[in-house]
Amino acid sequence: MTLSVAIRRRLGAFDLDATFESEGHLTVLFGPSGSGKTSVVNLIAGLLKPDSGRIAVDGRVLVDTERRIFLPKHRRRIGYVFQDARLFPHLTVRQNLSYGRFFAPRAERRENFGHVVDLLGIGHLLDRRPVLLSGGEKQRVAIGRALLSSPKLLLMDEPLAALDEARKAEIMPYLERLRDETKVPIVYVSHSIAEVARLATTIVVMADGSVAASGPARDIVGRLDLMPPEERREAGAVLDMAVAEQDRHFGMTVLRSAAGDIHVPGLNHAIGSMHCVRIRARDVILAVERPVGLSALNILSGTIAAIAPAGENLIEIRLDCHGETIISRITRQSLETLGLAIGRNVFAVVKAVAFDEGTVSREKRMET
Amino acid sequence: MNWLGLGPDEWSAVHLSLLVASVEMIVSLPFGVVAALVLARGKFWGKTFLDGLVHLPLVLPPVVTGYLLLITFGRRAPVGAFLADHFGLVFAFRWTGAALACGIMGFPLMVRAIRLSVEAVDGRLEAAAGTLGANSAWVFMTVTLPLILPGIIAGMILSFARAMGEFGATITFVSNIPGETQTLPSAIYTFTQVPGGDASALRLTLVSVVISMAALIASEALARRVGGRLRAQ
Repeated sequence: MTLSVAIRRRLGAFDLDATFESEGHLTVLFGPSGSGKTSVVNLIAGLLKPDSGRIAVDGRVLVDTERRIFLPKHRRRIGYVFQDARLFPHLTVRQNLSYGRFFAPRAERRENFGHVVDLLGIGHLLDRRPVLLSGGEKQRVAIGRALLSSPKLLLMDEPLAALDEARKAEIMPYLERLRDETKVPIVYVSHSIAEVARLATTIVVMADGSVAASGPARDIVGRLDLMPPEERREAGAVLDMAVAEQDRHFGMTVLRSAAGDIHVPGLNHAIGSMHCVRIRARDVILAVERPVGLSALNILSGTIAAIAPAGENLIEIRLDCHGETIISRITRQSLETLGLAIGRNVFAVVKAVAFDEGTVSREKRMET
Repeated sequence: MNWLGLGPDEWSAVHLSLLVASVEMIVSLPFGVVAALVLARGKFWGKTFLDGLVHLPLVLPPVVTGYLLLITFGRRAPVGAFLADHFGLVFAFRWTGAALACGIMGFPLMVRAIRLSVEAVDGRLEAAAGTLGANSAWVFMTVTLPLILPGIIAGMILSFARAMGEFGATITFVSNIPGETQTLPSAIYTFTQVPGGDASALRLTLVSVVISMAALIASEALARRVGGRLRAQ
């Protein structure tokens, strides 16, 4: 899938000027509120017209102001999962799900009703009306409805934003399954680094109506300078790690990568399965000598590759740990006391309890 | 209806009123829906004027409306003559004229009720339907129309009730001909004007109350059934 966007649109006093290309299976539009993410998605869906520019999906032009092309929204075949679900209140869940399917050309109805219902775990809700659903259930039905219209591209505008933490945790696995088990490319709007790190294959960072950076998820998530201030606490390096051992005695799981082994509280995953692991920069302690007598279980050795300021009196240090990158955020005081400099060998210390469901993804199928 | 002891004249007034109210309600419905949509959503020059025109029968004395109808739709009047010559549609001194007068008088009530429900429709739901592949006609049929159904029902009932009580415009436009244009209110009025008509007037009053109550209760039940699906239990 190739999504190519190059559009300008004036919205009141706000100028949106976004250009990016994405080949990823799940592209996250990432940025703080008011950075223009939703407008970009509305432009792709055809709910907004650009003042100038062009949008194409796999070479199929949706809008091109120069050639005077504007495909109306009902002919774009683009599924849209709104932040507020927008289920039809006068229809049952089953009728809501079938709505988009009815309008899809018969030959292109790829998604099987039963399969989608199973994928999203909504089989027991089919005869209910939307008013009787919880927020998480509504959002799952909305995803199913968009998916069953057999879209060529699925847009998701902060589908978790209106939900509490428990509901988010409930839906996240379904989103991961959606990414891994369907062929529909997804554009996902988010301002949460936790969602981004778990879901994204490609990230487009938006700020003030334009694209600040875009590229493969791995390269972007580690760039703390791109993160909005309120999300920096969650930012950090993302590593692909395999489950190496399950320690039944202590109930621990050992994850392995080139950087070394990491012990985390027991995860219910099969040995050998691959996972995306985010190590928050604020959770990483640096030591100039291998520490002893610590409760922290994870000590990784590495070399300082970069030192950059990360806000007032805070420093972001990137370590090269046998080819993998680990990021640590420390104070300027620590930097000067320890005399840290590029090229120096140091040890990164991370508590095992810094890892949980939010930082270790479910099994990940490797992208091809 | 012998248990009520209605005479043939009284019975024909009841029958005529129901016929006039039902016909005007059904015929004016499509116009009412279109007017409500245009007024709720349209952006065009002269919208204020159209809004005023629709509401005029609400503020004009009914006799004035009736007289305006007479000089427009009368047998020799321009529009009336045209319709009679080309479509065989005669309003003057016919029950169809009573239906027209009642329709015009009830129109603002119908439009207001439907318009309120159109304005309450969440446009985001219609946008969602569009992204699912529905063109505007389908969006209207499958989303907008079901959502404004409670308003449509309310509008129909209001229009029907207004027609059952309409007196001034009807009597001015089509007069008070027993069996042709003498609706319930005209009949009651007539009976109160003749000696010994009190009993008939009272019987018709009772009938009028019963019909109005029945219409109200039916509309409540219908609106609850339709609306109940849209709201939380």
